Amino acid sequence: MYRIVSAIFLAENIKKFEIEAPMIAKKRKAGQFVIIRIDQNGERIPLTIADSDPEKGTITIIAQGVGKSTRELNCKEAGDSIADVVGPLGTPSHIENFGTAISIGGGVGTAIAYPTAAALKEAGNYVITINGARSKDLVILEDEMKAVSDEAYITTDDGSYGFHGFVTQKLQELIDSGKKIDFVLAIGPIPMMKAVADVTRPYGIKTVVSLNPIMIDGTGMCGGCRVTVGGEIKFGCIDGPEFDAHQVDFKNLADRNRIYQHEEKEANDTFAHECNLTRQA
Amino acid sequence: MAIPRQKMPAQDPVERVGNFKEVNLGLTPEQAQQEALRCIQCKDPVCIAGCPVNIKIDQFIKLIAEGDFMGAVRKIKEDNVLPSICGRVCPQEDQCEKVCVIGKKHEPVAIGNLERFVGDYERTSGQKIDPKIAPPTGKKVAVVGSGPAGLSCANDLAQYGHKVVVFEALHELGGVLMYGIPEFRLPKEIVREELDGLRRMGIEFRTDVVVGRTITIDELMEEEGFDAVFIGVGAGLPWFMGIPGENLVGVLAANEFLTRVNLMKAYDFLKSSDTPVFDCKGKNVAVFGGGNTAMDAVRTAKRLGAEHAYIVYRRSEKEMPAREEEIHNAKEEGIEFLLLTTPLEFVGDEKAWLTGAKCQKMELGEPDDSGRRRPVPVEGSEYILPIDMAIISIGNGPNPLIHQTTPDIEVSKRETIVVDVNTMQTSKENVYAGGDIVTGGATVILAMGAGRKAAAAINEKLGGTAKNFNEW
Ligand SMILES: Cc1cc2nc3c(=O)[nH]c(=O)nc-3n(C[C@H](O)[C@H](O)[C@H](O)COP(=O)(O)OP(=O)(O)OC[C@H]3O[C@@H](n4cnc5c(N)ncnc54)[C@H](O)[C@@H]3O)c2cc1C
Ligand SMILES: Cc1cc2nc3c(=O)[nH]c(=O)nc-3n(C[C@H](O)[C@H](O)[C@H](O)COP(=O)(O)OP(=O)(O)OC[C@H]3O[C@@H](n4cnc5c(N)ncnc54)[C@H](O)[C@@H]3O)c2cc1C
Ligand code: SF4
Ligand code: FES
Repeated sequence: MYRIVSAIFLAENIKKFEIEAPMIAKKRKAGQFVIIRIDQNGERIPLTIADSDPEKGTITIIAQGVGKSTRELNCKEAGDSIADVVGPLGTPSHIENFGTAISIGGGVGTAIAYPTAAALKEAGNYVITINGARSKDLVILEDEMKAVSDEAYITTDDGSYGFHGFVTQKLQELIDSGKKIDFVLAIGPIPMMKAVADVTRPYGIKTVVSLNPIMIDGTGMCGGCRVTVGGEIKFGCIDGPEFDAHQVDFKNLADRNRIYQHEEKEANDTFAHECNLTRQA
Repeated sequence: MAIPRQKMPAQDPVERVGNFKEVNLGLTPEQAQQEALRCIQCKDPVCIAGCPVNIKIDQFIKLIAEGDFMGAVRKIKEDNVLPSICGRVCPQEDQCEKVCVIGKKHEPVAIGNLERFVGDYERTSGQKIDPKIAPPTGKKVAVVGSGPAGLSCANDLAQYGHKVVVFEALHELGGVLMYGIPEFRLPKEIVREELDGLRRMGIEFRTDVVVGRTITIDELMEEEGFDAVFIGVGAGLPWFMGIPGENLVGVLAANEFLTRVNLMKAYDFLKSSDTPVFDCKGKNVAVFGGGNTAMDAVRTAKRLGAEHAYIVYRRSEKEMPAREEEIHNAKEEGIEFLLLTTPLEFVGDEKAWLTGAKCQKMELGEPDDSGRRRPVPVEGSEYILPIDMAIISIGNGPNPLIHQTTPDIEVSKRETIVVDVNTMQTSKENVYAGGDIVTGGATVILAMGAGRKAAAAINEKLGGTAKNFNEW
């Protein structure tokens, strides 16, 4: 069992947890993730390690409630426990001093991009962060991102805060301003990552995305997480999750992520029902 | 021979495709005693050499015949601590029973069924027989992977008096026994119970540790103070066929399908499990391959409600690597065999969901390196097999994780770990390996044999004394 040390909401439906996992805290590198299983009946779901404190022996994860498992997780409080936390998994981000590096996060993708943005800064890059949210109250990690960037931008779809528009528009603006950009990291919903790849492609800017295929074991033994990169099959959990954005078959990823749509909805509905029952009781 | 081979009762085929309960029900004590009497107690029991861990077959069978069932448990456990498991899954027809002298004229003694009976007898008797443990040696050994290889190695090392810690990547112990072989062939409760026996011996189990990621082999030895390491991580990386359409929605590896159903209990989705599995109800499901894994996957799909569940195999039934018993069981359950057939590509609809497999008929040509006749395509025989799910079961390779993070462990071209066949030692000092990671996909009992061999070599290396398994 892995004890939750703290649990706080960062925005509606997005919760940050500090969990006791000393071996993982000691070992993890930017870009890596854990697989968690909430309880005996739980499924295994991947979540990025947003931060860690090796001294305290804790890791930080930030989860957005999108379905049964993440919503159930977000019901957990400090002092509760999680049955399994495995990691660190995946290949760490490739970090070097590229020069000027832009980190783009969409929604909860901001949390996934954060550790890598921090590592890019640490490696001496001039770091620009662009973090997008639908509206002001969904903006997360603003201070943390500012602390690791030389320039930090927030975009909101509805214009309620920061730049009015999509992250790609802000990116295009920066490119058009004539800034020399050496590296782009983009993490968020699949359409967003694809859109970023399309923006940088004509300029030949090296662009990396962190893919979110469906995973089970996270150790390379099921092939459920396979993605097509440069025409070849890669395992997201072993070879990734980060890949060259210009080589990724985003359509295939989006299609494959829909396989359990129907079951996910059923599970979600059952959970909602159970929640209501307990609330009545 | 007056006594016929005792037939094990089994669940009715029609009934059993509707559940995940065990198919074979086990011999009754009377049947076991009858079967044991069929053994003629050869002076030179050739069956023992046919067993990769050399169980004293004649002796344990004699004890059954005498009605001393607990004595039989003790005898088997000198060489095999997982009899309930091995009795169920070993291919005895290719091992001990293949060489049994009775088999020359009649059916061989049902050694596997008797082993299973003995294991089950102990588990249900309320009495426990635990092996004697030598006094502590003060040495620590790490076992990586809790499949049959790791478990048997851990068991022997514990008996030699070493402190053993098993590190397992998944949240459950047992390796393929837990995530691969289905409940209806090997109930998971049995695996857990046999594992409890190992716990009672003082072996420590640590799940959720991926060696190579959470901790490396060098760190285990240098920082955690382990004197030796045994690697039994299996060969779990699924192979794909590399044909067009393999990434369509509905095409998956047998490992994924079986892991969802067995380890994650997806057959009980929405009740005791949050893990979904492809909805097979009323669908057409094809499994590509002819090994044990393919049989397990296809029978699982049938139980999940598939209307048609096919085995698509490029050679003929004779060449199938699956156990005869399982092929027989599959046929009884209504599995349809499309033999001498190979897929060329998968086809799908506009939403990228699988709708069919373009298949080609084959005929058998000259024998190849493996001695099996090579399938050759029949020109113009292509046709589309309409299917909703395709399960790829053409084998697994070694996972590259350990090799990537411990480059001084030598691996072959196929990425299997290279060992000295006598000691199972790798190219790295004090690091040993065995099981599927060395041989590629093989059998439970061969993995256990390798684990035992490594344990003996590790014990010698660490200066432990030879143990006397008989002294308990
Ligand atoms: C490497 C990686 C890192 C991730 N990091 C984070 C993170 O830091 N924070 C965060 O909020 N989310 C993260 N995710 C996404 C997160 O895993 C999914 O949101 C979660 O699994 C959904 O489960 P659910 O039951 O709540 O939702 P469901 O209703 O089951 O699914 C909602 C959507 O999530 C995806 N999904 C479902 N099951 C899985 C699964 N087992 N593995 C992967 N995706 C799945 C599917 O695309 C599905 O459409 C990450 C995913 C990956 C692959
Ligand atoms: C579906 C299926 C059916 C089968 N049916 C039969 C049968 O009927 N009879 C038979 O004899 N054989 C059968 N086999 C083959 C048999 O199961 C294997 O040969 C045997 O399990 C190999 O044992 P092992 O200990 O080498 O590896 P495994 O059983 O594969 O165990 C390896 C363990 O190591 C863990 N691991 C992997 N990497 C790491 C890491 N980096 N760190 C920590 N842990 C790690 C894995 O999670 C796993 O638990 C079957 C195999 C499959 C897949
Ligand atoms: S070979 Fe057959 S008959 Fe002879 S001892 Fe072994 S099991 Fe008994
Ligand atoms: S999640 Fe199973 S191989 Fe990647």
